[in-house]
This record gives sequence, structure tokens and C-alpha cells, in this order.
Amino acid sequence: MRPLFAKPISAKQATLLVLLLLIAVAPAFFPSNFYYRVGTLIFINGLAVTGLVVLIGYAGQISLGHAGFAGLGAYACALGPVHLGLPPALSLVLGAVLSGLLAWLVGRPILRLKGHYLAIATLGFGVLVSMVLANEAWLTGGPDGMAVADLGLRGLLKSAGIKVGNAELWYWLAGLILLAGAWLALNLKDSPSGRALRSLHDSEVAARTVGVDVARYKLSAFVISAVYASVSGSLLALTNRFVTPDIANFLHSIELVTMTVLGGAGTVIGAATGALLLTALPQVLTALQEYEHIVFGLIMMLVMIFLPDGLLPSLHRLLRRRVS
Amino acid sequence: MSELLQFTFSGLTVGAVYALVALGFTIIYNASGVVNFAQGEFVMLGGMITVFAHAAGAPLPAAAALAVVATAAIGILLNKLAIERARGASVVTLIIITIGASIFLRGAAQLGFDKQLHRFPSFSGDDPIAIAGATILPQSLWMLFGAAVVFAALYLFFTRSLTGKAVLATANNKLAAQLVGIDTDFVMALSFGLSAAIGALAGVLATPITLTSYDAGTALALKGFAAAMLGGMGNPFGALVGGLLVGLIEATTAGYLSSDYKDAAAFVVILAVLFAMPQGLFGKSAQERV
Repeated sequence: MRPLFAKPISAKQATLLVLLLLIAVAPAFFPSNFYYRVGTLIFINGLAVTGLVVLIGYAGQISLGHAGFAGLGAYACALGPVHLGLPPALSLVLGAVLSGLLAWLVGRPILRLKGHYLAIATLGFGVLVSMVLANEAWLTGGPDGMAVADLGLRGLLKSAGIKVGNAELWYWLAGLILLAGAWLALNLKDSPSGRALRSLHDSEVAARTVGVDVARYKLSAFVISAVYASVSGSLLALTNRFVTPDIANFLHSIELVTMTVLGGAGTVIGAATGALLLTALPQVLTALQEYEHIVFGLIMMLVMIFLPDGLLPSLHRLLRRRVS
Repeated sequence: MSELLQFTFSGLTVGAVYALVALGFTIIYNASGVVNFAQGEFVMLGGMITVFAHAAGAPLPAAAALAVVATAAIGILLNKLAIERARGASVVTLIIITIGASIFLRGAAQLGFDKQLHRFPSFSGDDPIAIAGATILPQSLWMLFGAAVVFAALYLFFTRSLTGKAVLATANNKLAAQLVGIDTDFVMALSFGLSAAIGALAGVLATPITLTSYDAGTALALKGFAAAMLGGMGNPFGALVGGLLVGLIEATTAGYLSSDYKDAAAFVVILAVLFAMPQGLFGKSAQERV
């Protein structure tokens, strides 16, 4: 019989195991229902951030407009049940398909741009989406937002004889979806396509020289990350049962990118750490009241100045240096 | 016709502010390769410090001068404490550092000042001047005049003075500039101070018309960034044209189409321009080195 742990587990298995353990064990320490809610938000942000790992971490492209896709996903869940009679879960899928399609259409011209030009183009795209959501009040309810139908999962479970609190249910659901999203992104990383993507990160010219279809791979990374953002937006709308155009605005885009980079954009676990910190931190900082923004800005600056590769990669390197 | 003239006036007025913000972006970008998202906060600080110094009893010109100098000092500190220490970091990392700085400055302004909207009196009264059926505020003329002076002075600085040429040399090739004995650290500090001062001046000129508050910076940074990219990042002339264009597009959209979408129009135009000219209107094309 082969002994357990004879060979070290792969980074992919380790990441999934750590995520699974964290999700499963954390509730044992929750003093109140409120913590389930924070956990849910962390997982939902973590999902969008996992998509950005594919775009920023693997392919080395930047987007300051991904909240636009989150907005599309959110409003698909708000409008689908009302106007098309679709159940919320199908609306989520519809939103993801639409986001992917839009990303494919917009991505072709946008992704020819580089660096700061790409940043401003994606930023402009996000601003346009949030403006349409805020201004077309006849459809979206305008800046006041609109109510979102119930997912209906709790009722379904109840009829099957399983009783579970709303906050808890969302915690487990969002956790599962994050795990699935992380699993997909990790599988991509070590596939031939993932290697081609990561070759873009280092040098586009070199990638092209060895026969990588640069435009196609960039576009697919953009579409994948848009779908992740869209699903994350849908989940946020469904768990809040309410949505406003704020979900698509510039600051939300920035928040997502910051989470990705702060934790470490190169790995799923690093970016998930970023989501954990930046989602939990404001909840803690509200205790500081008017000092909240100062402390938040200061933490952002300090982490990026002293750990420019992100929290986890830098800590990892530090630890390794200690050991050897 | 007088309608179009009216929209042109208001477009040029806001355009002048955008051009100054874009110029601030350009100067820092040239010296350090950093896009400074805290640029809008410099404008806010210029307005807010003037407001509070004036309220505390300082005459308006003294309050304005204090605001410009104090903001320039904050810009230099930002460079010393944050940007200089993160040298060699990636574009995204640097963007996040400056976004962190902008959140920090916003929080500091909210704490040090307050959350109200503020203004101080216009420099030459509020009686509109009639020109060919349209009207323009004296303060708008001050804004256009101020922007013109800043651009002219900078042009002279960059082309005629040795220090200005040192800045250009650093922008062109930092290592080569160091080799010929240029103190590039000083150039960096100078660029941050200069661009903070320009931002503060824009705030001083605009506040009597646009009003200011602790969170006024974000929108300005977005528009200024857009204007700089429209003109072509790194080109001061592009910043001027980009800023005025964004202002004009906004004003005509608000006037003829819909004021709800005035912010959208500028971005639609920018996307269209970037699709056709990926380096902006006046930007140089760059090749990736392997």
C-alpha cells in the first residue's frame, strides 16, 4: 500500500484543500449569523477575483471595468424574472452568457491596446455600463435600484425536509461556487492553453514567436474573467435581494483589481486572500468611524510598497528564505 | 448660433480644468512612468485649503498661495514616502499605490476639514459678460487665462531652462540622464511638486464655479486621465487638446442630447479614438523590447 503523503501534493490540490478547509471550519468560530453574511460576501468577491487572476495574473492584462460585467450579471437576475419570466437561476446563466458575448465583442478592439491605454479603455467601458444602468430608469429603476426575486433554493430544500437558515444557506452556496470557480481556474493554469496565456504575461513578442495566437488567448482570458465577474454580480444581487447601479461603478472595479493584486495576482489562493482581507477589513474598520478611509488607504499603500508582488507571494518568499 | 457659442464657453471652462489635471498626469507620467490617480485629490486640496484658510481670515490671494504651496509639499511627500520606495514595481502595483494615496487624502480631508460643499467668492464678481448673444462668467475667463499661463510657462520651462531640459531628458531615458549627471531623484520630486501645484491651482480657479468637497477628486481624476489618454499619454500638448476636447464634448452633449449622458459621451469618443489610434491623438507609438 502506498503511504499517505508519500509524494507532496500539487499546488492545485493544496489550494483547493486549503479553501475547502477554510470554508468548512470557519463557521465553528462564528459567534453570530452576521459572520455568515461576511463570509458570503468574501466568497462572492473571491469568485470575481478568481476570474481576474486569469486575466491579470495569468495573461498579464489589466481591466479597470470589470464591475460593468458584475452589473450585467446582477441586473440579469433582477430583470430576467420580471420581464422574461425566467427563474432567477436561469437568469444568472443568461447574464453570464450575455457578459461573455459582450466581452467577446468589446474585447476584440480593446485588447489591442496596451498598459495604460488598456486601463482607460476598460475603465470607459465600465463607466458606460454603469451610466446606462443609472439612467435608463424605465428598465432598471435608476439610481434607486430594484428588488431581486428570491432564488427559491431555501423553499426547495424545505420541501425536501432540510431546514437551513438563509444566511447559512448562502454561505455554503457561495462557498461551493467559489470552490468550483477556483477548481476551473486552477485546471486552466496547467493546461496547454493556460501555459500559452502565461507566456503572454512575460513577453507578447516571445509568445508570438513560438506560435501563440496572442489575440485569441487575450480575448479568451477577457471573456472568462467577464463570466466570473458576471456570476459574482448575479450572486450578490440574489443574496442581497436588491441591486443598485453602484455595483457597476468605477470604485467597484478598482476594489476587485485591488483585491486581486493585494493578495497576489499570480495565484488563486493569493487573490482569495486579497478578497478575504479587503472584504473583512471595512467591516472591522467601521469601528474606527471617521478614520476608516485613512487607515484603508494607508494599508493599501503600505502593502503595495513593501510587498509589491502581493501579500502571499512576498510572505512565501520571506518564509523560504528563513528556512534555507 | 448663440446657443452653440454658449455651449462652447461652458465646454472650454470645464475643459480648462480637465486640461490642467491632464497636464499634471502627463508631468508625473513622463518623469516616473506612474499614472497618479491621486491627481484629482490635488485639485480638491487646492480648493479646500483655500476655503478654510480664507474662512480663517487670510485674504483670498494669500489663502490661494498657501493652498498651492501646501499641496505641492504633499505631492513631494507622496513621491518621497510612497513612489520612490516602490521603484521598479509593476504598472498595476503603482496604480494601486496611487489609488491608496487618493483614498488616504480623501479620508484626511474629510477628517481635517468636513463633508460639506464649499466655495469662496469669485475673483472679479459674478456678473455674466455678454458676448454675441451668449454669456460667460468672469471666473471662466480667469480659468482660461490661468490655464493659458500655466501651459505657456511650462513650455518656456521645458524648452528654455536647464532644469526643464533635465526633466525632459529623464523622461526620455532615465539611465542616460543619470549618466550625464542629472539628479533624477530631484527631477522626480520636482515633477510631483509641480504637478501637485498645477492641480491645486486648477482647484483654486474652479472652486468659485464648480464648488468643492472632500470627495470632488475622483471624478476629476477620471476625466483628466481620459483627457490625457485622448491626447496621447506623455504629451503636454496632447493634454491641452484632450482636456479642451473632453470639456467641449461634454458641454455639447449636455446641451443638445442629454445631460444624463454627458459623462458617457467623452468616454464613447475616447474609445472610438483609441480603436482607430491606439496611442491617442498625439502619442508616439512604442515597440515592445524583447
